[in-house]
Amino acid sequence: MSVRKIHSSARAALADVLRDDMTIMSGGFGLCGIPAALIDAVLESGVRGLTIISNNPGTESMGLGKLFKTRQVRKLVCSYAGENAEFARQYMAGEVEVEFNPQGTLAERIRAGGAGIPAFYTRTGVGTVIAEGKPLAEFDGKLYVQERGLKADLALVHAWKSDTEGNLVYRMTARNFNPMMASAAALTVAEIEQLVEPGEIDPDHIVTPGIFVDRLVPLAQVDKQIEQRTVRRRAAVVEE
Amino acid sequence: MPWTRDQMAARAARELRDGYYVNLGIGIPTLVANHVPPGMSIQLQSENGMLGMGPFPWEGEEDADLINAGKQTITTLPTTSFFDSAASFGMIRGGHIQLSMLGALQVSEKGDLANWAVPGKMIKGIGGAMDLVAGVGRVVVIMEHTAKGETKVVRECSLPLTGTGVVNMIVTDLCVFEVGPDGLTLVDLAPDTTLDDVRASTEADFLVALQ
Repeated sequence: MSVRKIHSSARAALADVLRDDMTIMSGGFGLCGIPAALIDAVLESGVRGLTIISNNPGTESMGLGKLFKTRQVRKLVCSYAGENAEFARQYMAGEVEVEFNPQGTLAERIRAGGAGIPAFYTRTGVGTVIAEGKPLAEFDGKLYVQERGLKADLALVHAWKSDTEGNLVYRMTARNFNPMMASAAALTVAEIEQLVEPGEIDPDHIVTPGIFVDRLVPLAQVDKQIEQRTVRRRAAVVEE
Repeated sequence: MPWTRDQMAARAARELRDGYYVNLGIGIPTLVANHVPPGMSIQLQSENGMLGMGPFPWEGEEDADLINAGKQTITTLPTTSFFDSAASFGMIRGGHIQLSMLGALQVSEKGDLANWAVPGKMIKGIGGAMDLVAGVGRVVVIMEHTAKGETKVVRECSLPLTGTGVVNMIVTDLCVFEVGPDGLTLVDLAPDTTLDDVRASTEADFLVALQ
């Protein structure tokens, strides 16, 4: 079996890639499905001036939030940033540049970038500040705004399972932005919870084909965080 | 007596129809899920990539990989499907979701919606709201009628817009407005709430056609 794509650690997988001022896509929604080990490797590398494309900037101490604490991020392209107080402080002080996108527009921009589509038109944001300065066009009597495809130097994604070829499967809502990001960067590195032999994943179940995945980092342990723990309480069992 | 948050959700739930695919926003709209009439088939969409959203998990059964758009732990149903964010917003933008219920800072008599930014304050971002109001056929806003004594039902929104002419119905703690080509029509009142109470708390003009 080929082990060409497999790297022993997040640090090893990123060692010859990371540089100042690069653009990095990072998968995940909140802290769900984020490439936490790869983000830690970016943190340790000390590269600065980064442009980060991600739905959210993590929390103050988790995920991408760590890179804001160390001031490694120059610009964030995101849809929502409500759960990171340190990011909020830097943003209000003008220390970090932010570009807010409607979430679906962000997802489609990344999908388009990966699919060779430089721009597309959407209804989302017409008549709002999001459309300011962007070309508008009428189709079938309705007004649409032009949005540009997005690409990156590097995509960091988290998947549940992969074979050695880099065919990825995700788990439940941890899929989110990861598949589009895998397709939209010059180099894609996937951290994975399980590495399996080719043939062990039903080809019908593969979500991201290995063509989009350049490097794999099997994780020795996975530390997943829950932001909002909401539960139903079991009624107490009354003993007679 | 103004409606409570739960009563507002119950009133909004009367807008559900059998077979609908529905997206519920964070806050009071989430409570609408508790008021789906028995026997009615409703599939809830969570824009982070899930259709067929189940209730909160039993204590001890939370899974970090299974959350809703509010980042809350949830569960699956036998009908659940998962997909990526581009497919999720393809559903929304493509008009496949019949009903969106969400909160607001202001709604105008033309159905303009402002719900994401207050100038001078920390802007948290847009999330999925702009896509939802642009793509979903019917948009119901559920919100308190006033905030800090100021009306949220206005002639013109003063806050940054989420969409223009997108709201179809407003459910507040005082009443329900339909939004149409002629502006607002009052169609329902909370118990012991008078027309004068609503007029005193509403900047926008409205017609009255109580049902």
